[in-house]
Amino acid sequence: MPGEKNRLLRVTEGLVALIQGFWTTFIHLFRKPITEEYPEYKRPLPPRSRARIILTRDPDFEERCVACYLCSASCPVSCISMQSAERADGRRYAAWFRINFSRCIYCGLCEEACPTLAIQLTPDFETCQYDLLTLVAEKEDLLVDHGGKNQEYNYYRYAGVLVDGDKGGHIQEARPVNLKSNLP
Amino acid sequence: MGWLAGIILLLIKLGVVLVVLLTAAAYLVYVERKLLSRLQIRLGPNRAGPFGLLQPLADALKLLTKEDLVPEGADRFIFLYAPGVVAASALLIFAVIPFGRGWMFMGHEIPMVVSDLNVGLLYVFAFSSLGVYGVALGGWASNSKYSLMGGIRGVAQMISYELSLGLSLVPVVMLARSFSLVDIVAAQAHYPFIVLQPVAFILFFISAGAEIKRIPFDIPEAENELVAGFHTEYSGMRFGLFFLGEYVTMVVLGSLVAVFFLGGWRGPLLPPLVWFSIKVLAVVLVLIWIRGTLPRLRYDQLMHLGWKVLIPLGLINIVVTGGVLLWWGS
Repeated sequence: MPGEKNRLLRVTEGLVALIQGFWTTFIHLFRKPITEEYPEYKRPLPPRSRARIILTRDPDFEERCVACYLCSASCPVSCISMQSAERADGRRYAAWFRINFSRCIYCGLCEEACPTLAIQLTPDFETCQYDLLTLVAEKEDLLVDHGGKNQEYNYYRYAGVLVDGDKGGHIQEARPVNLKSNLP
Repeated sequence: MGWLAGIILLLIKLGVVLVVLLTAAAYLVYVERKLLSRLQIRLGPNRAGPFGLLQPLADALKLLTKEDLVPEGADRFIFLYAPGVVAASALLIFAVIPFGRGWMFMGHEIPMVVSDLNVGLLYVFAFSSLGVYGVALGGWASNSKYSLMGGIRGVAQMISYELSLGLSLVPVVMLARSFSLVDIVAAQAHYPFIVLQPVAFILFFISAGAEIKRIPFDIPEAENELVAGFHTEYSGMRFGLFFLGEYVTMVVLGSLVAVFFLGGWRGPLLPPLVWFSIKVLAVVLVLIWIRGTLPRLRYDQLMHLGWKVLIPLGLINIVVTGGVLLWWGS
């Protein structure tokens, strides 16, 4: 009978599949576990991982932050607050700058909004505290002595400064096109 | 004087069995987590104590100190005592399981079994059926749709597989000519019954796996459909009791397989207690291996397997065994 043979075949196939499955799991018993044990081994995170926020400095060791409030405005949980002030030479800075890390969701929108690359997120994520108030970071906690992801960039060389000299003499500025010689 | 010594002896035996059984159940959780993680090339618990050996202790402490929550609208009394039914029915089954040869102590023989009932096998079935009540009542009293679904599924599954569980053991009784578990072990003096009854062994193993609601038969607590099934609403030590019941049942099941098919405590060279432990552990390890390998059955597949495959096979097995016994004479 064809039906009978079919059923026998199905049972055999099922048995073979069972044995294969059990064999596979048995073999895995002798393989090295792929677990990375966290506190002992810390996996190096990609540089663009989003965790603790810092305020960086430009190559001239000045604070990059110009207290434009863009990060504060873009923050979806309103965890950034600051007070702008102006230096004698006209450059703006933050008189105080505060991030409440107990509210921060590490979305990175502040970093995207920042025109001067001042506010940046770092891969350092081990910031747990028992007391919520200790998670409020002031400017001196946030300010670091380096340029973060871009060591060269200096906003005041590109914008916000008076250009002296000819047109096209500024950084990354092309020479003006001569209309007379630009004919096809 | 005689009866006083008897009662003291009984209490000592009860105490020892209870402590050993509970410790075994607690460490079974550890063994399961460890072995299962290795099957899945993970490490498993290794933080609490050396190799994570204190993990069961930490878990017990955690469960005991957690809040014992009763959901709003729950049938309070039934909700509170259902976990006890599960744990108690699991623990009580062990009373009839012989775990060693009788010791001679001060001229008296002390049998290595709490109670040698002459209807031991029926007692085992009675209490494994009582375990269903814990699931059903716990699921019903929680006043939660997931719990109710889990409870209903659990009852349907356990009642279905109780039949094949019972049928698979009838040939064993026919061979041993006794319901007493001590006599069944005694009947396997020359060779274990797994040699004579491989079909019954497989039937019993599968049905028992379904009885204790483990993967691949864990549809009463299917996480991805029912949160946690009948014990969704339980917390703290009441959840712990469900858990404990499950793992005690695993030990009990291992013992039953050992008693019915693997020759109980019999074995060469090593002492009986060691042989018994080895056999129980082997069954338990296979159960964990199964959990690490097989996916969960669908509800209709489960019922199909129970009613259309296992029960007819069990019946055929009984008829064939009876015929052979009749033919052979005795």
